[in-house]
Amino acid sequence: MTRISAAFSKSHPALVAFITAGDGDTTANLDALVAGGADVIELGMPFTDPMADGPAIQEANIRSLNAGTKTTDIFALATAFRKRHPDTPLVLMGYANPMTIRGGDWFASECNKAGVDGVICVDIPPEEDPELGPALRNAGIDLIRLATPTTDATRLPTVLNGASGFLYYVSVAGITGLQVAAQTSIDEAVARLKVHTDLPIAVGFGVRTPEQAANIARVADGVVVGSAIVELVAEHGTSAAGPVRDYVASLKQVIVAARKV
Amino acid sequence: MTITDPTPNSFRNQPDERGHFGQFGGRYVAETLMPLVLDLEREYRAAQQDPAFAAQFDDLLEHYVGRPSPLYYAERLTEEVRKNAPAGKGAQIWFKRDELNHTGAHKINNCIGQILLAIRMGKTRIIAETGAGQHGVATATVCARFGLPCFIYMGAKDIERQQPNVFRMRLLGAEVIPVTSGAGTLKDAMNEGLRDWVANVHDTFYIIGTAAGPHPYPELVRDFQSVIGKEARAQMLSRINRLPDLLVAAIGGGSNAIGLFHPFLDDKEVAMLGIEAAGHGLEKEHAASLAGGRPGVLHGNKTYLLQDDDGQIAEAHSISAGLDYPGIGPEHSWLKEIGRVRYDSVTDTEALAAFQLLCRTEGIIPALEPAHAIAAVEREAKKMNRDQIILANLCGRGDKDIFTVAEALGTSI
Repeated sequence: MTRISAAFSKSHPALVAFITAGDGDTTANLDALVAGGADVIELGMPFTDPMADGPAIQEANIRSLNAGTKTTDIFALATAFRKRHPDTPLVLMGYANPMTIRGGDWFASECNKAGVDGVICVDIPPEEDPELGPALRNAGIDLIRLATPTTDATRLPTVLNGASGFLYYVSVAGITGLQVAAQTSIDEAVARLKVHTDLPIAVGFGVRTPEQAANIARVADGVVVGSAIVELVAEHGTSAAGPVRDYVASLKQVIVAARKV
Repeated sequence: MTITDPTPNSFRNQPDERGHFGQFGGRYVAETLMPLVLDLEREYRAAQQDPAFAAQFDDLLEHYVGRPSPLYYAERLTEEVRKNAPAGKGAQIWFKRDELNHTGAHKINNCIGQILLAIRMGKTRIIAETGAGQHGVATATVCARFGLPCFIYMGAKDIERQQPNVFRMRLLGAEVIPVTSGAGTLKDAMNEGLRDWVANVHDTFYIIGTAAGPHPYPELVRDFQSVIGKEARAQMLSRINRLPDLLVAAIGGGSNAIGLFHPFLDDKEVAMLGIEAAGHGLEKEHAASLAGGRPGVLHGNKTYLLQDDDGQIAEAHSISAGLDYPGIGPEHSWLKEIGRVRYDSVTDTEALAAFQLLCRTEGIIPALEPAHAIAAVEREAKKMNRDQIILANLCGRGDKDIFTVAEALGTSI
C-alpha cells in the first residue's frame, strides 16, 4: 500500500494541507502540518505565473521566488522531510513549466529519489498527458488529477484515465482561496464522482473554517486546505509554525469528529 | 473569410487535431477551462463550415473595418534607402497598410472574428488582455458594436505609457482593470485574464489578442488575421503580376506576422522574416523569445519563452508595449524550427530611428511595433537588388506612441 492510499484508509477522512515551498521557514512549517495532524501534505512549487491561484498563493509564490527558491531547494526540502517523517505522504503541486523544463523523466526521477508520493500539475490536462504522465507512472509516482464543476459525466472518464492516488475535486470554478462552494453542490458532485471512480475524493478551493471542513468531511474522503494556511505564513513570517500547527489541529479535530455522529 | 484548403506536404495545414504545431502549441490549461476550450473548437469548426459566418465576417471587414487595406509602394523610402546602399542594391519597399483599419491596427480583424464566435456560443460577457492597448481598443470597439459588456485587463505600467488608448477604451464603454502583479505588463494582464475566465466560464468569452494561448486560439487568430496575407497576395499579383521576394513583419505574439505569412507559406520563392524586439540589446533586457529563449509552457501553449533554468518566466523589455511579452505564438516557434521563416531582431534605438525615417520620407507615423519591421526592411533592402521586392506589414499607426517617442527623444509635448 502506498503512503497516499494508507492516508486515505484511516478511520477518518484525510486532511490535506498545502503550503508553498520556500515561503517562510518551510522545514518548520512542514513539521507543524504533521504535528497539527495533516494526513497528506501538498508542497507548492513556486512559479512566476500562477494562473490558477488567487492573491494569497500568488503572493506566497512571489515571496518564495524573491527569497531565491530553486527547484533543487524544493527537492532538498522533500528529501529532508521524508527522513523526518517516513509515513506522511508528500505531494508536489505546481505548474507545467517548472516541472517539465528539464524533461518529464528528470522530474519524475527527482520525485522518486526525494520520496515524493504524488504530483498535481495545474495546467497539464489529460489531453497533454504525454508531457509528464508516462514519466511519473514509470517512476511509481501518483499523478493526481483535478475534476471541476465543469467536468461533466462525458469528460470524467478522460480525467480518470491515468489518474491515481486520489482525485482532487476543485469545488468552485475559479482561482484558489476566494469563493466558497455551496455545500449542496459539493454533496452532489462527490456523489456523482463516486459513481465513476474508486479513487478517494478530496475536496478543496475556498475551504477555511472548521465548519466548512466538517461539512465536506461528512461526504468526501479528504478536505484540502491551502490559502488559509498560506495566509498564516504571510502573517507570521518565519515564526508561523505555532499558528499553523494550531490551525491545522483545529481542522483535524472537526474532521475526525465529522463521521462519528 | 474563406476557408483554407491546404494540400498535402504543405506548410499551411498546421496544427494537427490536438492543436500541435510540431512539438509546439497544445492545450495546457486548468481542467476548469478544458471543457470550454473544447467547446470553442467545436463551435469554430461549425463556423468554418457555415457560409453565413464567413459572409458576416467579410461584410464587417469591408464596411466596418474598411478592408481591403491598400497595398502601397513606398517610393521615397525606397529612394532614401538606396542612397546608402551599394551600387545596384536597394529593393523596392511596399507596405500592406493595415494601420488604416478602423481603430488603427490589424487587431480589429481578429476581434471581429472572435466576437462573432462569442455570439454564436451565446456568451454575454467579453474579457481581453492588452499590452499596447491596440487589442484592448479593438475589443472594446467590437463590444460596443455588438452591445456586450467588456472588461480589459491591462498592466499598470502599460496603462501609464498608453494613456490615449486607455481613454479610448473607456469612451467605448469598456472597464479597464489595472494589473499590478509581476512587472505590470502584458504577461501579467494575460494571467489576470485567465483568472477571470476560469471564474466566469459560464457566460464569458475571452478574446485573446494574439496567435497564442490554448488551441484553437493560435489557429483561429491566424485564420482571422490571414485576411492580411490573402489580400496582399492578390493585390501584388494584380498590381505587378508577381509575388514579393521577401515578407517582413514585427513579432510580439506574432498575429500580424502570421496573418501576412500564412497565405504565402507554400510560395517557395517568397522568403519571410519575422522581427522580434531586441529592446536594449540581446545581451541585456529584451523581448526576443526565439533569439534568447527556449521551449516551455505558458498561457496554455508550448512555445519559445524567455525563462531561467528552472522554468521561471523572465520579464521582457521593449520600448513597444505591444512587443513586450516573453513568449511568441507557437506556429512561429514551429516555422523557426523547420526553417521556413527566418527570425531576427531590432533594438529600441533602431526602431526609433526607423519610426522617424518613415514619418519624414512617407508622411506616415507608424506604431512602434511595425517600426521594428521597418528598421529590418532598411537593413535587408540594402542587401537586395533593385528589381527585388520587399513587402512589410504596417500593422498599426503611431498616434498612440507619440508620448513614448517624445520621451525617448528627450522632448516634452
